[in-house]
Amino acid sequence: MSRVKLDEIKRLQLQAEKVRKRVVEIIFSSRSGHIGGALSSVDMETALYFNIMNVDPANPKYEDRDRFILSKGHSVETLYSVLAAAGFIDDEILNSYGHFGSKLAGHPTNKIPGVELNSGALGHGLSVGVGLAIAAKMDRKLYHTFVLMGDGEQDEGSIYEAAMAASHYRLNNLVAIIDRNELQISGKTEDVMSLEPMRQRWEAFGWEVCDIDGNHMEAIVDAFESLDYTNAKPKLIIAHTTKGCGISFMEKIAKWHHGAPTEDQFVEAIAEIDERINSLNEQLNESRSYKYDSLPESVYKHTFGSGKTG
Amino acid sequence: MDLAKQDKDIVVVTTDARGSVTLDAFAKELPAQFVELGIAEQNAVGVGAGLASAGKKTFVCGPACFYVARSLEQVKVDVAYSENPVKILGVSGGVSYGSLGFSHHSLHDIAVLRTFPRMHIVLPCDIFQTKRLVYELVNYRYPVYIRVGRNAVPNVYESENVEFRIGRANLLLDGNDLTIIGTGETVHHCLQAGIKLHSQGIKARVIDMHTLKPFDSGIVKNAALDTGRIITVEEHSIFGGLGSSVAEIVSQVHPVPLRILGIPDEFPVHGTPLQIFKHYGIDTDGIFEAALNFVDLTTRGSTPQTATGF
Repeated sequence: MSRVKLDEIKRLQLQAEKVRKRVVEIIFSSRSGHIGGALSSVDMETALYFNIMNVDPANPKYEDRDRFILSKGHSVETLYSVLAAAGFIDDEILNSYGHFGSKLAGHPTNKIPGVELNSGALGHGLSVGVGLAIAAKMDRKLYHTFVLMGDGEQDEGSIYEAAMAASHYRLNNLVAIIDRNELQISGKTEDVMSLEPMRQRWEAFGWEVCDIDGNHMEAIVDAFESLDYTNAKPKLIIAHTTKGCGISFMEKIAKWHHGAPTEDQFVEAIAEIDERINSLNEQLNESRSYKYDSLPESVYKHTFGSGKTG
Repeated sequence: MDLAKQDKDIVVVTTDARGSVTLDAFAKELPAQFVELGIAEQNAVGVGAGLASAGKKTFVCGPACFYVARSLEQVKVDVAYSENPVKILGVSGGVSYGSLGFSHHSLHDIAVLRTFPRMHIVLPCDIFQTKRLVYELVNYRYPVYIRVGRNAVPNVYESENVEFRIGRANLLLDGNDLTIIGTGETVHHCLQAGIKLHSQGIKARVIDMHTLKPFDSGIVKNAALDTGRIITVEEHSIFGGLGSSVAEIVSQVHPVPLRILGIPDEFPVHGTPLQIFKHYGIDTDGIFEAALNFVDLTTRGSTPQTATGF
C-alpha cells in the first residue's frame, strides 16, 4: 500500500475512533442507547461519509448527492456522531441527545440535516433505497444509494420484497450493507431465527454479494472501491462485525444491544478509545514529517474522495 | 394520464393491481413512469417514499384494504413521519368489494390514518371530483390518502369545474332543519335523501365532506349553530371516522344531538355494495328514514337511539 493510502486509512481510523468516543459519550450522558450495534457500525459509516460518498455538509439536500439510509435506525448514535463530525450538524447539539426536547430523536429523523429517512421500524430502509435507486435511473443521475441494515433486521419479510424488486429493476446503483454482528436483542441471530446461508440467499435473489471484515477500515474502503457498477446487479456487502466493537468489555455480549455504561465503565471505555486515538495521532504525525507526504487535504480528497465509479 | 404525459416526474407505483385501478393504458403508454412491484404492498409504499423523496410526484395505487393494513407501518413511518408527499390511491375502498368479505373491506382507514400527523385524507364522491382532485394533488406537498370506490356511481356534480379545495367542504343543499354530512360514495345518497326531505317540508342542509383531514370544522360548527341537529353518513366503521370527527367538534364547541350512520361494530353482511348500504341504512331511503325519525325525536325533546345500541 502506498504511504498516501496508508495515511488515508489511518486518518479514517482516527476519525472512526473519534466517532466511537462521541457515541459512548452521548449514550453515557443520556443514560440510554443502542450501544452495541452503534459501535459495530462506526467504521462503515465513517468510511462512507469521509471517503466513499459524494455528500456536501454545507448543502445536505444537493440533488446529486449519494444517499445513505440507516435502516437499522436504532444505531442512530453513530449516524448523529458521524453527521456532526462531517459538519452536517453542530457537535454541541449531540450533547442534547436523549434529553428532554432534544432535536435528536432516539431513531433517525429527516429534520436533521443529512438524514434522508425517518427510520426505526425495521425492514423499511431497503424499499426506500429501491425507490431512490429507481428515481436515479429515471432521471439518469449517477448518485448511489447505500442502505445499512442490521442482521437481526433480516428477520423482517419486507426486506425480501425489496430484494426482489432491486434485482428485477437491475438496480446496480443500490448498495446494501448488512452489519453482521451475529447478535440481536435476545441472543445469537442463529438461535433466534437462522439467517444462514445469508450469502447464498441473497445471491439467489440476484444480488452481487461480498463478505468483508466490517471493522477493518482498509477492508471496508477496498470493498466499496471495488464494487463493480458495470454489471446489472444490486450490491450487498455482508460486513462481519463485532457488536460493541472497540470497547473490550462490551464486545460480543448481547446484553450490550441496549444500555448505557456505568461511570466506571465509561471511564474505562473512554480510556481505551483515547489510547487508540493517541496512537493513531502519533503515527499520523510521524508520517506527516515526511516531506513528500505533506499533501494538503484537498489532494487527499481528490485522490480518495469518491472511490466509486459512475 | 394526460398530466403524466406532460410531466415526466409523475410516477405511478402499483402492486399487480393494474386491472383494479385500470392502469393498463398508463403502463403501456408511459412505461418509464410506471413501477410495477408485484403483490408486495409494504415494498410499494416504501419505494413510493423513496421516489417521492427524490422529487417524483408519486401515486401509489392499489386496493385500499391492503394499503392501509398490510403496509400501514410504511405509510406511518416512510410516508407520514418522513413527510414524503406520496399520494396513496386506495381503490375499491369501504365495502366496494361487496361479498368478497371483510378481508377486502376497508372500514378502518379513516380512523387509523387521521391519527398520523401530516397525513391528509380525501374521499371524492364522483368521477368529476376524483379527476379534479388528482389535478390538485399532483403538486401537493403533503402525503395524501385518497379513497375511491370500485363501481360506477351516480354523479353528484355536473362537471369537473365545481370548486374543490382540500380541507374545505362543499355545501350541496342549504336548509336550517338539520344537517346531513356525507363523505365519498355516501354523498350521493345524502343528497338524494336531502332532496326528498325538502319535498316533505324538512329543510335539510347537505354537506360533502370530501376531506376528512384537515377537517373543515367551521362548516360543522355552523351546521350545529344553524340547524341544531346533525346526521353523519359514512361507508366506514361508526368508530373513528366522519361521525367521530364531527362529534369531536360539536361536543366541544356547540353540543347538539348527533346521529352517526355507518357500518356498526360487526363483520358486514355479504352482498353487493348497494345491498350492504341498504342493510345498514346508509342508502337514500335509510338516511331519509333516519332523518325523519331523528327530527321527530329531537323535536319531542327525547334523546335519539344510537346506531350502535350501546
